Amino acid sequence: MEAKGPFPGIRGIGQMMFLNKLLSVNPNGRTKAVVITGLLLLLLLPFLAALLDDPFLVDIASRILIYALVAVSLDLILGYGGMVSFGHGAFFGLGAYVVGILTHHSYEGTTIAFLPGDWEGTTQAFIQWPLAMIVSGILALMVGALSLRTSGVYFIMITLAFAQMLYFLMISIPTYGGEDGLNIWERSEVPFLDLYDSQTFYYTCLVLLLLCLWVCKRLVKSRFGMVLQGCRQNETRMKALGYPVYRYKLTAFVISGMIAGLAGALSANHTEFVGPGLMHWTRSGEIMVMVILGGMGSLFGAVLGAASLLMMEEVLSGLTEHWMIFLGPILVVVVLFARKGLYGLLVGKGADNG
Amino acid sequence: MADPILEVISLTKCFGAIAASDGLTFSVERGTIHALIGPNGAGKSTAIAQLSGELSSDTGRVRFDGQDVTRWPVDKRARTGLQRSYQITSLLPEFTAEDNVAMAIQSQQGHSFRFWEDARRDQSLRVPAQKILERVGLKGFADRPVTSLAHGQQRQLELAMVLATAPTMLLLDEPMAGMGQSESLQMMELLRPLRGDITMLLVEHDMDVVFALADVVTVLVKGQALATGTPDEIRANPDVRRAYLGDY
Repeated sequence: MEAKGPFPGIRGIGQMMFLNKLLSVNPNGRTKAVVITGLLLLLLLPFLAALLDDPFLVDIASRILIYALVAVSLDLILGYGGMVSFGHGAFFGLGAYVVGILTHHSYEGTTIAFLPGDWEGTTQAFIQWPLAMIVSGILALMVGALSLRTSGVYFIMITLAFAQMLYFLMISIPTYGGEDGLNIWERSEVPFLDLYDSQTFYYTCLVLLLLCLWVCKRLVKSRFGMVLQGCRQNETRMKALGYPVYRYKLTAFVISGMIAGLAGALSANHTEFVGPGLMHWTRSGEIMVMVILGGMGSLFGAVLGAASLLMMEEVLSGLTEHWMIFLGPILVVVVLFARKGLYGLLVGKGADNG
Repeated sequence: MADPILEVISLTKCFGAIAASDGLTFSVERGTIHALIGPNGAGKSTAIAQLSGELSSDTGRVRFDGQDVTRWPVDKRARTGLQRSYQITSLLPEFTAEDNVAMAIQSQQGHSFRFWEDARRDQSLRVPAQKILERVGLKGFADRPVTSLAHGQQRQLELAMVLATAPTMLLLDEPMAGMGQSESLQMMELLRPLRGDITMLLVEHDMDVVFALADVVTVLVKGQALATGTPDEIRANPDVRRAYLGDY
């Protein structure tokens, strides 16, 4: 039963045995080493970019951080709660639209459409970003309240359907750009910070990601997190123990949606554009691929998954337009042979405490 | 004298044209061990699922501890003290034995909307969990993942989890299923001292166990209660004999 090393599936092959041996020294120390290396890399990246004289690198890295944030939010419900949400793009996109719409009205000096009363736009991050989280959270509450009454394939399909509904809704609102989306003429304003500076923007994203990782880490280990993990393992049993599982799952779903909304707000600032494409189901699929690639049920794995997918895209799309051809087999190999994803490969047996 | 904790009143459950429970009526006295026996397909597991709330009933009522719980969901019934164990072991497979028991204790300590403190370092969960593990004979297995436990140990753990919720009544669906002779005896020794504190409704195939443990026996045939009485009365009942021999 006990799998040794990162390649339990193909232990028979000599080379892999060697690789296992090489990698499976002191799993706990290795977890620490991997996480610290990753952290240092992220902290020092702008300096590295300066050394290499490649400012574009910081830009790509910011994108990675933003997607890491969505991937972490999905991992919270997918990896820990066992909820396969195929509509996470909706919460991500809606968060981005909140920033886009507020900036749009602030720029034009008009009031927000479709709302009673005269609400004006703003570019203040301290209003925009929490609002993005709240609006995405409310959407998650509505989507979750309905879809969590089902499970399995039905849950996947209903979350997908809601996301597509929102996608088509945004396409059909010409006020906010319809299919063309909205250009964002001003980035969010944060006191003492200049988000136009790519390094400042990068570190802002990094701080938010680390904060979120820390909060989620506490969350999954808390009583609430234990209930969430129990629901993934055996929901029937949890009910029999007296847990009203629906409430716990819904709460997790809302928290996840809020984090995705925050990531969306950052993404809007990063690309200075919001469009319905953010909500398209392929985007939701991409986020899910990140989580699976990095390793479900480990928060750091989600970061790793986002980083590796986007870097692969960056490198491979330089070689060929059809870079997905390479992605497919890689994903298949990871799913087949690395149960805990890339993170599991790196840290070996200690992968559970990621 | 008569103080029923559980009253089942003409409970029915149909699956298509087949009535798994067909006007089932019986009651369980507080503090007793009440066995539910019957041939295969008599509707024993269906009855347990209806009493625990996992299956909704077509008609009929269930009263537990003075309240009508017929429409209550599983978790609400569990919180009022009506707990069940499963015929096929049902645990949280990725957790350790101690985690499993701690989850049962946690459900007793009010809501779990507590997001910050590490639950695995919470002594108010861990200490009682260790005590209960010791009580069911799993001391020393606390940190083992449940998948590495032997079948009999998993059954013991299952009982530990149910006990950890401090139930007033237990629905035990074949607690000895798949156990060896000695494990079976051990389980009986665990159940026997609970008589009086916890009311038990026991579904069991092994007649030796039934007659050794039960105060009252109800015989179920085709979704109906054929007879209820003491083990001796049931043994002597000609209808019951016919039902078991097949020429009913």
